Amino acid sequence: MGHELTLFQYEYMQNALIGALVIGVAAPALGIYLVQRRLALIGDGIGHVALTGVGAGLLFGTSPVIMAVIAAVIGAVAIELIRERGRTSGDLALALLFYGGIAGGVVLVGLSDSTSANLNAYLFGALTTTSRSDLVTIAVLGVAVLITMIALRPALFAVCQDEEYARVSGLPVRALNLLLAVTTAITVTIAMRAVGVLLISALMVVPVATAQQVTRGFRATMTAAMTLGLFAAGAGIWVAAVADTAPGASVVVLAIASFVVITLFAAGWRRIRRTRPEPLPAPEPPEVVLHRS
Amino acid sequence: MTPEVITVTHGVVGYDGRPVLRDVSLTVTAGEVVAVLGANGSGKSTLIRAVLGLVPLSSGSVTLFGEPARRFRQWHRIGYVPQRLGAGSGVPATVGEVVASGRLARRGILRPPGRADRKAVTEALHAVGLADRAKDPVSTLSGGQQQRTLIARALAGKPELLVLDEPTAGVDAASQEAFAEALRGFTDGGGTVLLVAHELGPLQPLISRAIVVHQGLIAHDGAVPEPAGHHAAPDHDHVHPHCPEEPAGLWGTN
Repeated sequence: MGHELTLFQYEYMQNALIGALVIGVAAPALGIYLVQRRLALIGDGIGHVALTGVGAGLLFGTSPVIMAVIAAVIGAVAIELIRERGRTSGDLALALLFYGGIAGGVVLVGLSDSTSANLNAYLFGALTTTSRSDLVTIAVLGVAVLITMIALRPALFAVCQDEEYARVSGLPVRALNLLLAVTTAITVTIAMRAVGVLLISALMVVPVATAQQVTRGFRATMTAAMTLGLFAAGAGIWVAAVADTAPGASVVVLAIASFVVITLFAAGWRRIRRTRPEPLPAPEPPEVVLHRS
Repeated sequence: MTPEVITVTHGVVGYDGRPVLRDVSLTVTAGEVVAVLGANGSGKSTLIRAVLGLVPLSSGSVTLFGEPARRFRQWHRIGYVPQRLGAGSGVPATVGEVVASGRLARRGILRPPGRADRKAVTEALHAVGLADRAKDPVSTLSGGQQQRTLIARALAGKPELLVLDEPTAGVDAASQEAFAEALRGFTDGGGTVLLVAHELGPLQPLISRAIVVHQGLIAHDGAVPEPAGHHAAPDHDHVHPHCPEEPAGLWGTN
């Protein structure tokens, strides 16, 4: 029992915990909008693009994280502009960015002198190597994303739910979409430190998927998803410290475990309630002549 | 003279070079209730989408409340009711949350909702008869109730002009009545309405003028025309279960 308490006395574990908690609460706050507009996997695509930025950073000796932010923002804006223009080529464009991004990243990392351990840190996360300055970056950007997502909830909800209606309401639809793209890029880049490129979407999407099993409204879903994200992040780091597992993967495993548990629980609850069924909505008219007088 | 709310002058709209609206001119003045009728694919939905700026005109012009559409910014004066609730996704949203979106045009995106917003949402839900469903997820509502949610969303912004795209298509009888009632309340308050419809049903008594779009042109502008085609055939009688003249039938309304 004392083992993990001792571990949390070390600064690197504290950094890991704080970083994970910030990302754990910010990622689902953003992810709910992505899920709502059926772009659940966009975080993955942008993460792949960010990897090219990491590669460029390692190759040219500049900060990989800053290069990753730049690459991710460019990629996210490109995806958004493609989405806005053509409706059919959207998923193909995504595929190109996915594979172009990861291939570019691997090639660039290979060209630089860095070891494969360095690439792994970005692919699977390296929370325990988070420095104080990294932590400050994560915290500032994470809190900024969080505040934006909460403060603009009515507008972002309207845009993600019904874009044409939002346009007729006079909302700056394009600016809001680009804002969402840029905040996605930022979240992806900071989450990359925590769980790695390959697991980023999990933190954005899984808590939302879990929350909506039991919630009835958007606001309630958002609150529940943020709570679940926070729980998964905290518990994941604790498990990683106790069981000596990879922190990022532990966080995601816990998030998915809570999805399974809550889904089963919700299904069981619905089964119990089925004994007194809810009245069905009124039937639609048949729109044909059924009887004649 | 009554102020002009919508003016379309020689409007032309084409998708991929294929003309949908060929040369359409139309004026709607304040207080009118105008129905745009026409067959599927006639361009009637395109017409109102062009009025709202959702599809670009390839030539011609649109004026809203006396202002060229390009410069028009007073979107709170317009309430738009789309054909159906956006495809949405698995993320649940309550009826109240959807209706609250209707306040954004008035409030702007930065100001949090205040008492006036909550009051307007409650009133709009009352107007469409969904006050008791405010906290229910929209996905649990019938098609007609979802349609009423959308009109409540438009009404919540207290617009002067309502633009509705096929508001009664596939809507159950109770909802059609509630819908007509809400629309009557709106027009009694001096509101202007432009609606696209395939069939008017219980909305017919509210309509002050009908426009028939046919092959991208306006074929008729005036009184509500007699139905043609199979709608007018002698063996085609519409069964409107809410209509008191009908004998008690399957739905037993009287």
